[in-house]
Amino acid sequence: MMSMITLERRPAPSRLWSLGAPLLALALAVALSGVLFAALGHPPLRALYVYFVEPLTSWWSLEELAVKATPLLLIGAGLALAYRANVWNIGAEGQLIMGAIAGSAVPILWPDWNNPLAMAAMLALGALGGAAWAAIPAFLKNRFNTNEILTSLMLVYVAGLFLDWLVRGPWRDPMGFNFPKSVAFEGWHVLPTLSGRVHLGFVLALLAIFGLWLMLSHMRFGFAVRVQGVSPRAARFSGFSASAITMRVMLISGALAGLAGIGEVAGTIGHLQPAISPGYGFAAIIVAVLGRLSPWGVLAAAFLLALTYLGGESAQLALNMPAKVSQALQGMLLFLILGADVLVNYRITWRSGRDEKREEAE
Amino acid sequence: MNGLEAFLLTVIAAATPLLLAAIGELVVERSGVLNLGVEGMMATGAIVAFAVALGTGSPLLGALAGAVAGAVVALPFVFLTQLLAANQVASGLALALFGLGLSGLIGEGFVGQPGVRLARLDIPGLSDLPLIGPVLFGHDVLVYLSFFMTAAVAWFLFRTRAGLVLRAVGMNHHAAHALGHPVRLVRTLAILFGGLMAGLAGAYLSVSYTPQWVEDMTAGRGWIALALVVFATWRPLRVLAGAYLFGAVWILGLHAQAAGYGLPPQFLSALPYLATIVALVLISRNRILTLMNTPAMIGQPFMPDR
Repeated sequence: MMSMITLERRPAPSRLWSLGAPLLALALAVALSGVLFAALGHPPLRALYVYFVEPLTSWWSLEELAVKATPLLLIGAGLALAYRANVWNIGAEGQLIMGAIAGSAVPILWPDWNNPLAMAAMLALGALGGAAWAAIPAFLKNRFNTNEILTSLMLVYVAGLFLDWLVRGPWRDPMGFNFPKSVAFEGWHVLPTLSGRVHLGFVLALLAIFGLWLMLSHMRFGFAVRVQGVSPRAARFSGFSASAITMRVMLISGALAGLAGIGEVAGTIGHLQPAISPGYGFAAIIVAVLGRLSPWGVLAAAFLLALTYLGGESAQLALNMPAKVSQALQGMLLFLILGADVLVNYRITWRSGRDEKREEAE
Repeated sequence: MNGLEAFLLTVIAAATPLLLAAIGELVVERSGVLNLGVEGMMATGAIVAFAVALGTGSPLLGALAGAVAGAVVALPFVFLTQLLAANQVASGLALALFGLGLSGLIGEGFVGQPGVRLARLDIPGLSDLPLIGPVLFGHDVLVYLSFFMTAAVAWFLFRTRAGLVLRAVGMNHHAAHALGHPVRLVRTLAILFGGLMAGLAGAYLSVSYTPQWVEDMTAGRGWIALALVVFATWRPLRVLAGAYLFGAVWILGLHAQAAGYGLPPQFLSALPYLATIVALVLISRNRILTLMNTPAMIGQPFMPDR
């Protein structure tokens, strides 16, 4: 036998590595980004500075970081819960879009209803829209045993096309010079801002993280979710219904994605348009996994992923780097986290062919 | 060329990338691995094929490079799932995201450039026959390859010893390991084969279907291919039938768009995705059928005990 890497299962997950693995993944991601930047013909150190450090050096860009972290926190919190239950909702992008559409019904269909209650209705409708869209794959999974990964993803395309139709058709601003966008939201139809462009959604996002923590560590439902994820059999014997858990985690993660959607439209963009998210729903998958499906991990990971968006923008402006860099980096980051995570449960040993022969001889 | 001919020709063109990618993924899943990264491998294959075809002037060389690129971009997935026993769902998603990002990155400079189209293999005489001529003959090599690979995979899986081993690995990796079969090697080769086929599917899009590079031009075809494998209950000939069914749905949408019918184009564009959901429901509701055919080890990591 040739020499090879083997993994030995640790008796218990390593506490050192459960903190160290994400940091190692991050360090490797930064190093590999440098290689990628160099391959794209940029001086790597300067590019790394522009990408990862510069966005953190001014108050304005820190605010932008919070703006971009808002949808990631909301969706990431919901996905962390769903993934804990082993329910793979990967259609958050579509739920975000449907939430944005449902919430936008208020300013577009009833523009005169402009008071705090209308804003509350927008947020509630946003959450409902996202939850309803997420209920479809959950229902199909429970009723017909359909794979939720594929159905939730297919619905992303459907939601995108639906939004496209709305803003080019019935919901297009009649005074908008034929541009595919809705009327601009005004007054109470725009979320109040806290500082710069940071809007109310950021507060809701922090509340979502807190809610996730409360649910996972202090509530019966959170416990049921955890049991279901670790051992579906044990969950069944404890009387937890798998289909009820599936439906509820999908509804919650869908509602949070929908909230992120209406937050983007009513907080950041100010009107409905064909493209309202640069893939937050997919980046949030990385947030949930990088954050180890835990509330505080998601909190940290959301800001990191927000940095990849913001850094991508500043690299685009300062270095004329292609916009897709951030998506490639995000995928790479997820690869690295998954790899580094192995260190939590396994010890890596390198055995050469000679070791193996010796063992066989023994 | 009459309407029926045109319809059949476009169906073939729409079905070919689905068939190529799904046949590859079928082999992967038969070995017990779920690789959700098809969309990413496909996108990488598409841009690499486009770039190489443009650079060398040879779309055939481009297609070859696209296939290789699909396999190369799958290497991190192999490393994670086979050597490190990482979660296959998450690793596959990472591959999908990474491949899409990478393709956009490589493709930045190629947007709007006219591509090189793969030549059609015209057979004088035969290609001129009415209806059957254009429908059966005169396609490019990738269309024929998709049929050939379907037959080859069916033969390999059910008529060869190596195919039996691959299925055994997918059905029970512990037993296969105990019998001395190299579980992780078999799976690695299967994943790389899946990468080649997904890359080829992407190449078909960018050097034959629409010879150009558009960001996200795979448009979810990789995910539909994944659904096709489930829909076909992991059987090659049913994948073939399914791919053509989906190709037909895709084209019906386009035709209906052209004809109008007063339906908004977005609704018709949504048709393939909705059809995928319906197909998944139809097949999954029959639990016995699904259970009988699903590779038992799918998605489960294997780590040889020492």
